[in-house]
Amino acid sequence: MYRIRFHGRGGQGMKTASRMLGSAFFAEGFEVQDAPRYGAERRGAPIFAYVRADRAPINERGIIRQPDLVIVADDSLVAVPAAGVLGGMTSDTVLLINSHESPDTWRHRLNAQSTILVLPEPFEPEDHAELPYAGAACAGAAAQLLGVIPWASMEQALRHELAELAPAVIETNVTRARTAFERMEPHRGCVREGRAVSAADYVPPNWVEVPFEAARISAPAIHAPATSVEVKTGLWRTLRPVIDYDRCSRCWWVCSSFCPDSAINVDAAGRPEIDYDHCKGCMICVAQCPPHAIETIPEHDAQAAEGGKE
Amino acid sequence: MSRQLLTGNGAAAWGARLARVDYVPAFPITPQTEIIETLAAWLETDTMDGRLVTLESEHSMITAAGAAAATGVRVFTATSSQGLLYAMEMIYTVAGWRAPFVMINVSRGLAAPITLESDHNDIMAARDAGCLQIHCATCQEVLDSTLMAYRIAEDERIRLPVIVNMDGFYLSFTREPVELPTVEEANGFLPPFDAENVVFRASAPTSQAVAVLGGSPYSYFRYEHHLAVLKGNEVYDEVAAEFAERFGRRHEAVEAYRSEDAELLFVMTGSFATKAREAVDRLRDSGVGIGLLRPRLLRPFPETRLRELLAGKQAVAVIDQNLSMGKGGVMHAELASALYGQPDMPPILASFVGGLGGRNISAEEFFEIAKVLQTAVAEGKTPPPRLLYTRDELREMRKLQAVAQVEREELGGGR
Ligand code: SF4
Ligand code: SF4
Repeated sequence: MYRIRFHGRGGQGMKTASRMLGSAFFAEGFEVQDAPRYGAERRGAPIFAYVRADRAPINERGIIRQPDLVIVADDSLVAVPAAGVLGGMTSDTVLLINSHESPDTWRHRLNAQSTILVLPEPFEPEDHAELPYAGAACAGAAAQLLGVIPWASMEQALRHELAELAPAVIETNVTRARTAFERMEPHRGCVREGRAVSAADYVPPNWVEVPFEAARISAPAIHAPATSVEVKTGLWRTLRPVIDYDRCSRCWWVCSSFCPDSAINVDAAGRPEIDYDHCKGCMICVAQCPPHAIETIPEHDAQAAEGGKE
Repeated sequence: MSRQLLTGNGAAAWGARLARVDYVPAFPITPQTEIIETLAAWLETDTMDGRLVTLESEHSMITAAGAAAATGVRVFTATSSQGLLYAMEMIYTVAGWRAPFVMINVSRGLAAPITLESDHNDIMAARDAGCLQIHCATCQEVLDSTLMAYRIAEDERIRLPVIVNMDGFYLSFTREPVELPTVEEANGFLPPFDAENVVFRASAPTSQAVAVLGGSPYSYFRYEHHLAVLKGNEVYDEVAAEFAERFGRRHEAVEAYRSEDAELLFVMTGSFATKAREAVDRLRDSGVGIGLLRPRLLRPFPETRLRELLAGKQAVAVIDQNLSMGKGGVMHAELASALYGQPDMPPILASFVGGLGGRNISAEEFFEIAKVLQTAVAEGKTPPPRLLYTRDELREMRKLQAVAQVEREELGGGR
């Protein structure tokens, strides 16, 4: 059985990628299972999707614990623990990252034994959540790496899954998938089918007796105020709003009132300040500011400029 | 018939479409919403006839479903989890009206704490409502069961709501290959709803669900309702046989997988049962004589069939994806009551609770459950109930508790 996991951010088309690949497998006569998995269903939040394909009916279900192929559409996710990108990878796993950095850099950084490949985006997008063709590129690359899906099936599956979009958008998707497919040519078929766990030789689960604990400990409550402060929704941001204080007229309330995350604090002098730990990059403040004092820059670039923070 | 990839939600919507439903009272809830969105899109574009109405709550939705069914039209609805609970008063009520319709429940764990992922406590809460229940393990079954459910619900011997259950995420959002019958094939199997005496027309008043003070008429009506649900065993078998004949897919009231020559058996419902099927194959590869019984029909509870299938077996592990607080796994208790005192029943009936809130049950855990059964057989003693939960998970829990504690201290919360 082939087990494939796609990781990206909400808006990058990972569900569509899994469906394109699933449909292509299906067209090639495989039994298929494909599904997206969401956490917080928000644009920019980490999501993943998976595909299983086999010649026999598939009984396995749910999250793929030991993937044969992991595809990461957005390299900024590798460092986000909640994204679980590296979960269950072994030396047999192939990891493909959409990145401008070299495989060696990644190998070193991740200290991983897996086969690591990179697929650089041909252009740098303004907004990572708007990598509109990332899904198609990931699916195209996957088809080539698996080696069992000819381009014709991939293209047909892609057109089928995107049928409701405008013709020009479909063509761009096809081109992007095709380019990715071709660029992975040297690695054709490098992904190997994983095997089922054997009942004769397995690591037994380390079951535990869950102890009784009083409600003071065991009730699902957090006895403290303002705990959502600890949730860094800033990790979802793919675009960063930046206030140009020369232009800001100290209206004192517009941006801070509109911000749905209360991430803009205004001091006594009327000076607004954005709390980047919690600003999720919705751009509402940018749209609302009367003197157009808030600019946007790609988060990726902002972090690079800050240096080493990535 | 064509074979295509469909999610469980998509399969449910196709089931309703192929059943040519007239009326869809609806209320959104994750992970079910996609079903009504799909139907709404078809209805809006006249791809399908019928009327969809969004109500202001699940309580009203079920009232509308029952009321519409009582006028003799074919009704479909869907809900999940908290929505099912919110509707509960009316689920009991409309079942008592003997109003036939089909509802999909997309299983999702109950609050509190709140989750979006699946387990069966929601559908188990509707166990005693007087509806029939069919539990699905695949997307194909969701579609097939929806068509079958109408035949059963509308049968003159039954005349009751049928709930078709599927697991959230594991089926609802998962695409699998599904054979889609043609309209003609579906029509051949499922004729139009013959409402017989179930009619409600202008100028022809009827009173449904009248008040009965005094326990004796009440007892009569309630017991007749019970007998009608029990009759579901027979009607289900007839409908399943005809379905198999027409479509070549056999959906028995209890799926028996490699059970004939098995000494040990897993018993479980829902989509996780396919994981058990996989584990049976692997265990067989290594010489363990194990099989799987999967009740698809949960109400009525297919007792007779389960007794037949379990006669002469050595040990059973019931894996419940639900938990009745203060008792344990619900199906374990139900099976125990079905087997106790009957001749030739397995002496070991072990209880495992797992997969709560969508928690995975790994292949290794199934292997280990088989090992527990083997030990139990050797020692002649049923092991105590077990929650499938590992040391690593408890460790993770401790970490969360530590974080909560730190937050409490740092943020100046109560003690
Ligand atoms: S982009 Fe602006 S409005 Fe949106 S969360 Fe960030 S600060 Fe608030
Ligand atoms: S809305 Fe614009 S002008 Fe007003 S405080 Fe915010 S940044 Fe300054």
